[in-house]
Amino acid sequence: MSAPTTSTGISDEVRALANQEYQYGFVTDLETDVAPRGLNEDIIRLISSKKNEPDWLLEWRLRAYRNWTTLTAPTWQHVTYGPVDYQDIIYYAAPKPKKRVESMDEVDPELREMFDKLGISLGEQERLSGVAVDAIVDSVSVATTFKDKLAEVGVIFCSFSEAVQEHPDLVRQYLGSVVPYNDNFFACLNAAVFTDGSFCYIPKGVRCPMELSTYFRINAADTGQFERTLIIAEEGAYVSYLEGCTAPVRDTNQLHAAVVELVALDDAQIKYSTVQNWYPGDADGNGGVYNFVTKRGMASGRNAKISWTQVETGSSITWKYPGVVLKGNNSVGEFYSVALTARRQQADTGSKMVHIGKNTKSTIISKAISAGHGQNTYRGLVDMRHSAVGARNFTQCDSLLIGKDSGAHTLPYIEVKNQTGQVEHEASTSKIGEEQLLYCRQRGIPEEEAVSMIVNGFCREVFKMLPMEFAVEAQKLLTVSLEGSVG
Amino acid sequence: MLKIEELHASIEDKEILRGVNLQLKPGEVHAIMGPNGSGKSTLASVLIGREGYQVSGSVTYEGQDLLTLSPEERAAAGVFLAFQHPVEIPGVGNMYFMRTALNSLRRQRGEEELDPVDFLALAQEKMKLVEMDQTFMNRSVNEGFSGGEKKRNEILQMAILEPKLAILDETDSGLDIDALRVVASGVNALRSEGRSMLVITHHQRLLDYIVPDQVHVMTAGRIVRSGGKDLAVELEAHGYTGTQEADAGRLSTAGISR
Repeated sequence: MSAPTTSTGISDEVRALANQEYQYGFVTDLETDVAPRGLNEDIIRLISSKKNEPDWLLEWRLRAYRNWTTLTAPTWQHVTYGPVDYQDIIYYAAPKPKKRVESMDEVDPELREMFDKLGISLGEQERLSGVAVDAIVDSVSVATTFKDKLAEVGVIFCSFSEAVQEHPDLVRQYLGSVVPYNDNFFACLNAAVFTDGSFCYIPKGVRCPMELSTYFRINAADTGQFERTLIIAEEGAYVSYLEGCTAPVRDTNQLHAAVVELVALDDAQIKYSTVQNWYPGDADGNGGVYNFVTKRGMASGRNAKISWTQVETGSSITWKYPGVVLKGNNSVGEFYSVALTARRQQADTGSKMVHIGKNTKSTIISKAISAGHGQNTYRGLVDMRHSAVGARNFTQCDSLLIGKDSGAHTLPYIEVKNQTGQVEHEASTSKIGEEQLLYCRQRGIPEEEAVSMIVNGFCREVFKMLPMEFAVEAQKLLTVSLEGSVG
Repeated sequence: MLKIEELHASIEDKEILRGVNLQLKPGEVHAIMGPNGSGKSTLASVLIGREGYQVSGSVTYEGQDLLTLSPEERAAAGVFLAFQHPVEIPGVGNMYFMRTALNSLRRQRGEEELDPVDFLALAQEKMKLVEMDQTFMNRSVNEGFSGGEKKRNEILQMAILEPKLAILDETDSGLDIDALRVVASGVNALRSEGRSMLVITHHQRLLDYIVPDQVHVMTAGRIVRSGGKDLAVELEAHGYTGTQEADAGRLSTAGISR
């Protein structure tokens, strides 16, 4: 309660926000370089050549594509949606740069304006906040701030395309090492067609001097967004990484199939935070982003630590299971999640913790909130292998239901193959307490405000894991997303 | 201040209040006693606007029809309930909760809100009344509080929100004698000319500390007997059953005699 940004600090400004519709729904008129609709080997060759990629990468993409054509989309998840026509999607859409951008001042003014509208003034960020930002529009990185300052300590933070050009050995060594191209349907699609993303490398013993941040934005119509993020923390390195997302309001669905790979070597620590606010679709379930994402960390070294913190309020459908492979002895994996489904949103999300090394430890805290006709499923895997002597897991899944039409489901999978493993699982489902609401209202607190207060309180354990600015953002988002879900 | 006439309330076709009549003047403290299931807590619930009851009859509070107001409007009008079972609200700080509540009331009344600093000063002053320290304020609302701490927390909220009509629902239940003394002295300190209280209990014990102006006996959804504070002592000696039998057949309207 010391920081003003915990659940206790819902300000008037936030209350005012509650009266807004999805506010990032504007479209920016950018000149876009677009590939024809549909997917085939030629499109992949086109993407690869547009990016001036080396042959090995094109080969990797093609292997992925050929494998993908043998796969079918998963159907086990607890969500329903119409078939996706993968031949009706535009796989490459880039805001056309006038020329290659050398510094922030040269970024297309319309682009800058768009980011200003989003509240991410790239220039301001650079000067004031000390957060380095990589801004990605329609899968292409348009600007990365603070590069020089980071370079002084040896940190590489750039767009994925740039990394392919300038640090090909690193990319080649680690690309697909955590999420192989044939991992699953969507990861495989991503491997074939990814257009950009962020790349981050923290050298041995370096504590990254600032938060790194990527801002994703889908702007062009009928495009898929397939970005790929790769973060490598060498021995003893530390980095905190933030990811935020928005998209314009459109009445058709947009596909977002991203892959994030994290690699933490001995004593390294990666903290990855996401505030996901893709357009959720309207009240009747029209439009919205399909958020089908594969995120995985490899704690490959001794005492390595990887934490995922996510606040998921957007997307019409969310399908993601950020996980950690705990390979190094004494390595630690954490997953803190708030997933909110309102309107007709559906989420099937959770975490996978795979314990391989000795004395590995994982924690999963999941808070699911369902309002309106929202359906929220926690699906998690705790897998303790034979070698994982002394491994421990603690899982806590809490669900909060608002209204009578929402649903919450918990599907934990636990596989323990050694005698010394310890797994604790706690789960609770509560309706937003009639009793809690009455208590607040009896004290004079109006109903909507009371709901927001109770929900924020419910999520507090997760919010306190977020960096300060993100915690504020997350609270605002929850309040906005819950608007109209009471009564 | 408060006038209840022929108040009926039922839930799922089960009638719980069967014609309650009661009148409370400013500054008066009335006790309502009665066995479990007699409708005492239902009366409190109906007065604060809990949903789920079919209600008929009338409740006039300071000249307005209380039954048409929402729970938060009733709160803004000065009605307060110290809950029998205060609910826990995980993750919401006690201090923040109370400040939000007070400021909501002030906003509804068109008064200026208190900033955190002024509120802290106010809260610290009031915390002395119920012998609570700062650590309570830093915890989540009622979470992990003992029974006694929860009840003290209710009285603290009453002290901060300064209602005109305070309803205390079984505030003594589950309290040991020391906690009872603390809670009662807090309540007594809040007695004033402009503040009426309705004290619901089934133990006479509480009334040794909070001495009422009137005592009403409730059985089977009606007030069957009313009297001065000595009535409580009599009840303690003879029990409710005796009262019920003695009063069978003659319905008292003593509560609205004045």
